[in-house]
Amino acid sequence: MSITQYIFWFLSFLALMSALMVVFSRNPVYSVLFLIVTFFAIAGHYILLSAQFLAAVHIIVYAGAIMVLFLYVIMMLNLNQDAEPKKKTYVRVIAVVAIGLMLITLVGALKGATVNTPELTRTAGVGTVETLGKVLFNQFLLPFEVSSILFLSAMVGAVYLSKKNLQ
Amino acid sequence: MDPLIIKAIIVLIVFAITLLIATYSTYAERKVAAIMQDRVGPDRAGPMGLLQPLADAVKMFMKEEIIPSVSNKWLFILGPCIAMLTATMTGVVIPWGGPITIGETTFDLQITDLNIGILYLFGVVSLGVYGIMIGGWASNNKFSLLGAIRASSQMISYEIAMGFAIIALVMTTGTLSLKEIVLQQDAGFANVVYQPVGFVIFIICAFAETNRAPFDLPECETELIGGYHTEYSSMKLGFYLFAEYINMFISSAVIASFYFGGYNFPFQHELANALGMSANALSILQVVMFFGKIIFFIFLFMWVRWTIPRFRYDQLMNLGWKVLLPLSLANIFVTGIVMWAMGKL
Repeated sequence: MSITQYIFWFLSFLALMSALMVVFSRNPVYSVLFLIVTFFAIAGHYILLSAQFLAAVHIIVYAGAIMVLFLYVIMMLNLNQDAEPKKKTYVRVIAVVAIGLMLITLVGALKGATVNTPELTRTAGVGTVETLGKVLFNQFLLPFEVSSILFLSAMVGAVYLSKKNLQ
Repeated sequence: MDPLIIKAIIVLIVFAITLLIATYSTYAERKVAAIMQDRVGPDRAGPMGLLQPLADAVKMFMKEEIIPSVSNKWLFILGPCIAMLTATMTGVVIPWGGPITIGETTFDLQITDLNIGILYLFGVVSLGVYGIMIGGWASNNKFSLLGAIRASSQMISYEIAMGFAIIALVMTTGTLSLKEIVLQQDAGFANVVYQPVGFVIFIICAFAETNRAPFDLPECETELIGGYHTEYSSMKLGFYLFAEYINMFISSAVIASFYFGGYNFPFQHELANALGMSANALSILQVVMFFGKIIFFIFLFMWVRWTIPRFRYDQLMNLGWKVLLPLSLANIFVTGIVMWAMGKL
């Protein structure tokens, strides 16, 4: 195996293990920290795919901004095991059955699917800012602008909801 | 020599210089404060108190280390580690001087030139907040938590304006690589000529990001005791304080590279030609000039700290969100219009 493959397996292992730990941790603060580790592992995968820009933005946006806010809220609310709401037994049974059905559906859906490997064009400049910017502003200009308006309206909505004196 | 060994040597040198400058910043801070307040300052350890940082370090290491029994032990240790790690990671992309040729090989005085250098810098800075948040939360102390929340909300708020100031800079330079930004300033003017407003916004945000006065709200004796590091003692506290000085050094280096020509200085090639200097000698002179600029900005940090009174917390938030953010957006807009009018788009 080449060193790239070793890195790939290590990052995959790290991503999966920390993603599992997000779910299994009893302490929500640990969950958030493991989620940050997961994001780092995924950013590492982006770098392996020579998409440095995507990796950097992934770290800045998810690890640097969104997870900080998550951590912030969890620390403010001071969630811990005592504060965890106790569910009744029948609710738990229903939850297990529902997730089991979902698993069966997923397995059924994936069983018939064929794995097709997309052709990767691994030219030198494929993940650089220049390439990405040109694609975004030429080929996908309209979706790009529309999504930015979507973000803006979401932001306005959040600001509006958080105002104290709503008329 | 093997390029890998050269890189390793450069990494070690940059690391050592970073620590050395941060160490002596603590000494300089006291001396600057003393001069501004008409005092003598530290003068007991060594000549002119020059060994004071050493004495401080010994004191920090020798102090009893207390980990509160109610704290979360692992996260309590992780906090200062992250603070120190993110502080030292930022020095990677900064170009310290022109290329140096030894024998056949030419190498740059830069650890690595990432083509997303600015984004890397910004990403590492945005991670720095975790050290403070984790440390403050793991202490399991209300004052620590409040200090951590203050620090992190301050850093998040000012990151936005800082990012917008950088976007305007990237528009004029057209690159995300620090090396290219510095090289461009060799050919033309320093970027501060093109981006005066961006520079002011950036430097204010740099003060806020490093939690320095007048934005040192996270530490507040009368309200919050020591802020997020109230429960810390010994070298863990030292790491937090030290990380602040490293951040100050790196911020100064970044400000110098972004807006003041980096290692370039006016008429450098004319001077080199007139004196008949070799390329290596010029590079070394450039490193010296770069450190001169850095030391000036570190001095500016201290100057401001001992001159301007600190803000109240609501004033801090108002400044960040209601003044700097619209100003930086307007800066991007005006930059775009001017570039369009000059036909550079």
